[in-house]
Amino acid sequence: MKTCLVVDDSKVIRKVARHILETLDFTVEEAEDGRAALDHCTGSGMPDVVLLDWNMPVMSGMEFLRALRRVEGGDAPKVVFCTTENDIAHIRAAIEAGADEYVMKPFDRETLHSKLQIVGAA
Amino acid sequence: MEISASSRQILAGLLESRTGQQIGIGRRWRVDAALAPIARDGGFTDVDELVKRIASGQAPALAEKVLEALLNNETYFYRDKLPFDLLFAEPLKRIEAARMKERRLSIWSVGCSTGQELYSIAMSLAEQATRWRGWTIDLVGTDISRTATERARAGRYSQFEVQRGLPVLQMVRWFEEEGAGQWRIAQPIRDMVRFENRGIADRPPMPGMFDIILCRNVLLYFADSMKRLAYTRLADAIRPEGALMLGAGETVIGQTDRFVSDPDSRGLYRPAPGAEARRVA
Ligand SMILES: C[S@@+](CC[C@H](N)C(=O)[O-])C[C@H]1O[C@@H](n2cnc3c(N)ncnc32)[C@H](O)[C@@H]1O
Repeated sequence: MKTCLVVDDSKVIRKVARHILETLDFTVEEAEDGRAALDHCTGSGMPDVVLLDWNMPVMSGMEFLRALRRVEGGDAPKVVFCTTENDIAHIRAAIEAGADEYVMKPFDRETLHSKLQIVGAA
Repeated sequence: MEISASSRQILAGLLESRTGQQIGIGRRWRVDAALAPIARDGGFTDVDELVKRIASGQAPALAEKVLEALLNNETYFYRDKLPFDLLFAEPLKRIEAARMKERRLSIWSVGCSTGQELYSIAMSLAEQATRWRGWTIDLVGTDISRTATERARAGRYSQFEVQRGLPVLQMVRWFEEEGAGQWRIAQPIRDMVRFENRGIADRPPMPGMFDIILCRNVLLYFADSMKRLAYTRLADAIRPEGALMLGAGETVIGQTDRFVSDPDSRGLYRPAPGAEARRVA
């Protein structure tokens, strides 16, 4: 089973994402900000996929992504942004920083499933 | 509100006679949900009243609207992904080799809905510009729903639609942000395709013969006789070395002897050997 780390400061979003991901056969871990997510990755091991919010307290999704890609093994996880930032400038910036996919909120199961298929994780 | 059994029967009859589609048990709930807004907008007290008006035969425009609402237009870019990957491997190579002399490729999306299926193919071909330089490529989508073909032609998609199945790199490359959550597929891709409002039982669109036919999630709700007619239409319009792509849960097995599975590409089918001879005879 593949693992997905859901990084979002909203408990509701984490719950929705967890529910969908579990129906797609993922083992789901959660983190409430970029810092906690980074600690998780360097401490408990790299997940296969990170589903990443943009705006979060303590450390943003973008800061997390840049930091992740610099640590050892940090190039392995597929990073899928999942955010309300839905303009082309944000999307381009995310791709440049090393994101693999981008989901604009709101999303549903089909959208998430298709994006996970695209990054080769589902 | 529940609509009456006789209204259902009238609606099912209308849908089947015009499109070949049968209303399955599982789709019944959609009928009420789909028609309630039309009844409300038209000032009818309920859906039964709306159906009565249609049954009178005096309101063709209204009947058209109801028909459109009953059709399931669900679609998304690169739906199910794998069959598209497979198509662009061996089958396309085979077809390219067969058509090398004329340098002409024709692809037909039957039941194209709002266009995502055909635009997916168009983007993938556009990304192989060198390979197809000097080729004439026909990309044609047809659908019995007028509103769907109009939307396909416009190439405008909501934020929700634009990300379903579409890799973000392709979205950034081939779409323009129009604001207010609306995205439009770029002109160069729109210029590659053509959409026509016609049913599968009608004559195929120009150029009449195709190398690749996609007929996905369309035949599902057809009665057996309509399925047979549809397969005949498709088989008559496909070249011997061509490829047919059906939907993920669909198969030709037990439905027609004009196509056989492609052993190397799951979900893709080839015209049965000898089909050419049958057509000429
Ligand atoms: C569920 S959609 C599938 C769209 C797309 N092929 C896909 O797989 O994503 C089915 C489409 O078939 C169209 N359709 C239904 N009956 C048809 C007929 N007799 N001739 C042509 N199109 C038809 C509907 O209008 C609808 O847009």
